[in-house]
Amino acid sequence: MAIVTGKNQRWRVFAAHAFLWILIGVMLLPLLAVISISLRPGNFATGSLIPTEISLEHWKLALGIPVQTADGALIEPPFPVLRWLWNSIKIAGITAFLIVAISTTAAYAFARLKFRFKSVILNGMLLLQIFPAVLALVAIYAVFDTIGNYLPWLGIETHAGLIVAYLGGIATHVWTIRGYFETIPVEIEECAKVDGATHWQAFRHVLLPMAVPILMVVFVLAFVGIIIEYPVASVLLREEPNLTLAVGSKYYLLEQRYLWGDFAAAAVLSGLPITAVFLLAQRWIVSGLTAGGVKG
Amino acid sequence: MHSIHWERWLAWSTTAGIGAVSLWLVFGIYSAGQPLWALGVLALTALAFYVYLSKANFAYRYLFPGLAAMAVFVAFPLLYTAQIGFTNYSSNNLLSLERATAYLLDQTEADESRAMGFTLHAAGKEFRLVLAPPHEPAEERDPDRLQALRAQSFVSPPLALLAAKKPVEVRMLPLGKETVRIGEPLPLIEVLKHRDALMAATLELPDGARLNYSGVREFAPLKKVWQRNADGSLTRLDDSAVYRPNFESGYFENAAGERMQPGFKVSIGLDNYKRMLFDADFRGPFIKIFAWTVVFSALTVVLTTAVGMTLAVMLNWEALRFRTVYRTLLFLPYAVPSFISILVFRGLFNQNFGEINMVLDALFGIKPAWFADPLLAQAMVLIVNTWLGYPYIMVLCTGLLKAVPADLYEASAIAGAKPLTNFFKITAPLIIKPLTPLLISVFAFNFNNFVLIALLTDGRPDFLNTKLPAGTTDILVSYTYRIAFRDSGQNFGLAAAISTVIFFMVATISLVNMRLAKVNADKK
Repeated sequence: MAIVTGKNQRWRVFAAHAFLWILIGVMLLPLLAVISISLRPGNFATGSLIPTEISLEHWKLALGIPVQTADGALIEPPFPVLRWLWNSIKIAGITAFLIVAISTTAAYAFARLKFRFKSVILNGMLLLQIFPAVLALVAIYAVFDTIGNYLPWLGIETHAGLIVAYLGGIATHVWTIRGYFETIPVEIEECAKVDGATHWQAFRHVLLPMAVPILMVVFVLAFVGIIIEYPVASVLLREEPNLTLAVGSKYYLLEQRYLWGDFAAAAVLSGLPITAVFLLAQRWIVSGLTAGGVKG
Repeated sequence: MHSIHWERWLAWSTTAGIGAVSLWLVFGIYSAGQPLWALGVLALTALAFYVYLSKANFAYRYLFPGLAAMAVFVAFPLLYTAQIGFTNYSSNNLLSLERATAYLLDQTEADESRAMGFTLHAAGKEFRLVLAPPHEPAEERDPDRLQALRAQSFVSPPLALLAAKKPVEVRMLPLGKETVRIGEPLPLIEVLKHRDALMAATLELPDGARLNYSGVREFAPLKKVWQRNADGSLTRLDDSAVYRPNFESGYFENAAGERMQPGFKVSIGLDNYKRMLFDADFRGPFIKIFAWTVVFSALTVVLTTAVGMTLAVMLNWEALRFRTVYRTLLFLPYAVPSFISILVFRGLFNQNFGEINMVLDALFGIKPAWFADPLLAQAMVLIVNTWLGYPYIMVLCTGLLKAVPADLYEASAIAGAKPLTNFFKITAPLIIKPLTPLLISVFAFNFNNFVLIALLTDGRPDFLNTKLPAGTTDILVSYTYRIAFRDSGQNFGLAAAISTVIFFMVATISLVNMRLAKVNADKK
């Protein structure tokens, strides 16, 4: 930069570096500490932060392998972490797929078709998403309690019920995909229609293949969003083998049964892949959203 | 075209099938005494059929699944919450009147007057069960009496019992006509081993009476406890006491006002709201929790902005190297799933086993009670939330800083301004305006930041001397959750009423925000 630099510039730069490194240290310490705790024998804070003795007991338990202690007692894994992880992935995968499906078709209508009440519906959607699901937990519980009386496979304590409960949260996704569709020239589909394609064929075979990048972004966003969702899942799922990771993890740190080391291993095991996916998605989000944000 | 015919036929029969299933469902819900729910399902399926079968605008065919999902699972629950706020819906008043009545009518008790004693007898590897009228063991010594008893006794075919897997129905045969030899009865300790199998068994006598296990030596027929009267009241058959549904309290009550569990759901008007405003026991903690919610959200905005903006400005300084590395590392707290990082802090802050107190103890010899002391707990909540929230503000500010023209800084450098002057005279005034609506969104988000409170403190430490458990770190939504789903009797009605109040607060915040955003947009 063409700014005239002062004499003490070098000191300032040095101070800034030092400050930033200290801050990074403080901010990342909790994350590093968890990795260290997961490798430390025992469930209580003993000794130093850097483990003097590496023990894989917590990792074995997190992976569902029983551990033999020195005095011969066999410790069974306290919680079915892998099962919870699988529940979370299953629910999030199915939900994200359905969310992409229904928000893509809705976004297509908003981007390309003319119909009455268009702006009313669009504004209504945005208005609705101001109110988080936490505010309607009682009603969500009551609704699924009632549904369960008639369709037991869709009631409380079922994964199908939870998936269906998540399907309402599509407003932002519709908005994102709509923005992307509007950047694609409408002429391409019109050519297809001139060649005799129906609306559905033009959408399915022309527009959809071009929108794959944004659909992947929306899929990942929805997927991560549901993996970390706590309130609705905690209301609809109660039984241990049924829980998602977000609901189950809390059981490690109850005062009656405090399993700090076991929690640390389970947290690293499940947190690392989700963090990686999120960081990867971030890159897509930036490119995807800037591409979609420019309205035609 | 043969194939098209066939496809047509398939499409229509599928449609007809779906229609039949939905009608069956609607009818099922209706006949279970839920006409409004049945009407709702009927309206939704009818709309689906109309959208997909009529020649109306086909745009709605693309919209229908998404809009229906939002209407049913977002809009409807919000409205339904408001409606529940006007009822006494709770764990004591969980069922509708129809279901509560059906529940009571289903209740049975053992009819002790028609009970029969039973004995178990070994029969090879299996067992025979003998039922006899109640009598003293001494009576059996009298041959005539024994003959009479035998005439009224019944015997089962050999049963597996202990090894049995499913509930069994046993047809009993008159003992008198049975020619099999029956050995000595098994001692009680042997009988108890078969208790589970016996409890699952139903014995059917030749006259059609059905008996169930009712004690270690007895089987008895079940009889109804309640009988329904024409006016909807219930009569207890034992003592002919009449219980009438009271639509004010939501319970079946007798003349003396004694209540019968379970209660049922009734509308109680504004009672839940009156409780918030006028019940001193409830209002005290409620107002404190409301105040903390506002303080918590506001301080979170201030702290995250302070940290996030400072970092954004520093990392915008071109003389600094490795800025991308710093940015990525400082962004990490945002990328870790929040439910994991919050729980990690819950563990790190633990008073006795946590690493934070270990470090503080080693350095200063103190072990603060982060979870027991109200002020410390609130401080901890704010520390954790700042850690969680600053990366978002940092990213926002980084974006906004790019829009600040560089020549302003050149001009100020020529005038000899220091970095702090630059920040307060140029940077801050320029980015604060576009930042304000975003900060209000952060405020609104934290106003309802249920996950943080639920996973970090559960709202604890609790206020002392409150009727409903209420915590010093509880924010309104987590308090609502506690009332509805935790320790205080699952009072859904009250929780829904509070949710409705929060609903209006959130709406107000958003309205202010939209106004501000509009003012900003108009100025540009």
